[in-house]
Amino acid sequence: MLKLNNISFSAVDGGKSSDIIRGIDLEIPDNKFVVITGPNGGGKSTLAKIIAGIVQPTAGRLIFNDTDITDMSITDRAKAGIGFAFQQPVRFKGLTVLDLLRISAGKNLSVSDACSYLSEVGLCAKDYIKREVNASLSGGELKRIEIATVMARDVKLAVFDEPEAGIDLWSFNNLIRIFENMRKSDKSRTVVVISHQERLLKIADEIIVLADGKLVRRGSADEVLPEIMHSNYAQTICPKIEE
Amino acid sequence: MLKMDAVQKQLLEEVAELHDIPEGAYNLRANGESVGRNSTANIEIVSKTDVSGIDIKIKSGTKNESVHIPVVLSESGLKETVYNDFYVGEDCDVLIVAGCGIDNCGTQDSEHDGVHRFFVGKNSKVRYVEKHYGSGDGTGKRVLNPVTEVYMEENSTVDMEMVQIKGVDSTDRKTIAELKAGAKLNVRERLMTHGDQQALSTYQVSLNGDGSAADVVSRSVARDSSYQKLDLCVNGNAACTGHTECDSIIMDNGRILAVPSLEANCIDAALVHEAAIGKIAGEQLIKLMTLGLTEAEAEEQIINGFLK
Repeated sequence: MLKLNNISFSAVDGGKSSDIIRGIDLEIPDNKFVVITGPNGGGKSTLAKIIAGIVQPTAGRLIFNDTDITDMSITDRAKAGIGFAFQQPVRFKGLTVLDLLRISAGKNLSVSDACSYLSEVGLCAKDYIKREVNASLSGGELKRIEIATVMARDVKLAVFDEPEAGIDLWSFNNLIRIFENMRKSDKSRTVVVISHQERLLKIADEIIVLADGKLVRRGSADEVLPEIMHSNYAQTICPKIEE
Repeated sequence: MLKMDAVQKQLLEEVAELHDIPEGAYNLRANGESVGRNSTANIEIVSKTDVSGIDIKIKSGTKNESVHIPVVLSESGLKETVYNDFYVGEDCDVLIVAGCGIDNCGTQDSEHDGVHRFFVGKNSKVRYVEKHYGSGDGTGKRVLNPVTEVYMEENSTVDMEMVQIKGVDSTDRKTIAELKAGAKLNVRERLMTHGDQQALSTYQVSLNGDGSAADVVSRSVARDSSYQKLDLCVNGNAACTGHTECDSIIMDNGRILAVPSLEANCIDAALVHEAAIGKIAGEQLIKLMTLGLTEAEAEEQIINGFLK
């Protein structure tokens, strides 16, 4: 279980401080598929980075499986079982997809095991396993490889920051399928997805709505989705990516 | 294996990946003298009579054969210049593995300057691998100043892999290539310097025949207080295509001067150069740290991948 106790984050820009996250209290139970949504600039990505340790909160504590991880490094949080998939995956000259999956798994993963992770994210393994994770890969391919790196780690808590952002429709449909499969999977792990996408919101065990740095609503998809679909920021929450 | 001690065998493994006597033709040189040689029906190795070095003569039509000519130095203070000439006949397809390893545990500088000339016949294909490596904890410097000259006849192809990753204090590498019509040269250089090492690498490639092509790519990492100068020049003197690329990572107080240059002397010459120098991107480190690596481990992975 992940507990956020009164988490705040303020950014200073040009001598002026602005509150990005304002005192969020939140519990995310084990084995749930949780989607965090809300208007752009509401603090979703910052919250995801605070969970992974990439951004340090200015106040509050994070407790993961009864351990206070607030002051733990990115590396130590990763070792404690937290995975993070970037909104804009990083490219590496020279590192191959297999290298990256082996680093993720923390062992000399066999080629066939590495291929199975690629197959899970809908990539034809033999075409990708030896390719460099560089500019020759499309945005959609990178996104799926990014997800595969999190899967290869077999984490207890996986956080995906806007997995659908910046990809084409064909890749998008594949991505949705990956998360639908993840949702059905019997693997014991909590999945937190930052997303505006209605199809992901629909399969959530729980939807959390962040706006202006605050938690404004949480509940099951049945409860929350109808409300936010008709809210003022419905367009923002459900961009017309499929049209 | 032959008359080599453990240090020499270790050097041999680093520069030529040899654990034992290689298959095919070879010449092994240790501390200034030949310690083993084998010619084959198609590849003849003979000593030069005027200067130190060997001639390697590869008969026309030789295919799928290899020549290994590694050099190891484990004696402090030894300085040598060796001239090796490769005469590759027509229609050949061969692998040539060179390389030099220096172990210097003494106080005097050790230096090996290898001058390699390649005369590649029509339609022949040569893959050339050269690795340089230094070890030993003495105060004497390990110096390697290789000169490589490549003269390529019509429709020949040379793929060169030049690697210097560790332990060489000072290097001044010069590579010259002249290509006739339809000849193709591909160079992949990988260089890493650390401590207060200095590395200069100069390429002068002349594309003299129509349809000739060169792709010269250097990837390098300068760590600690080391310095590198990479000077990659392609001259387009015919209807040809040329590409040079210097891609470098700097760390700590490392310094790099990249000078990719092009000279077009023919209206149909198409030449491109690229150069990039920068530190390791913060996002790359963060990504690998989210996979459980420490910052130092992440750095090593990124560099290993970059120089692979």
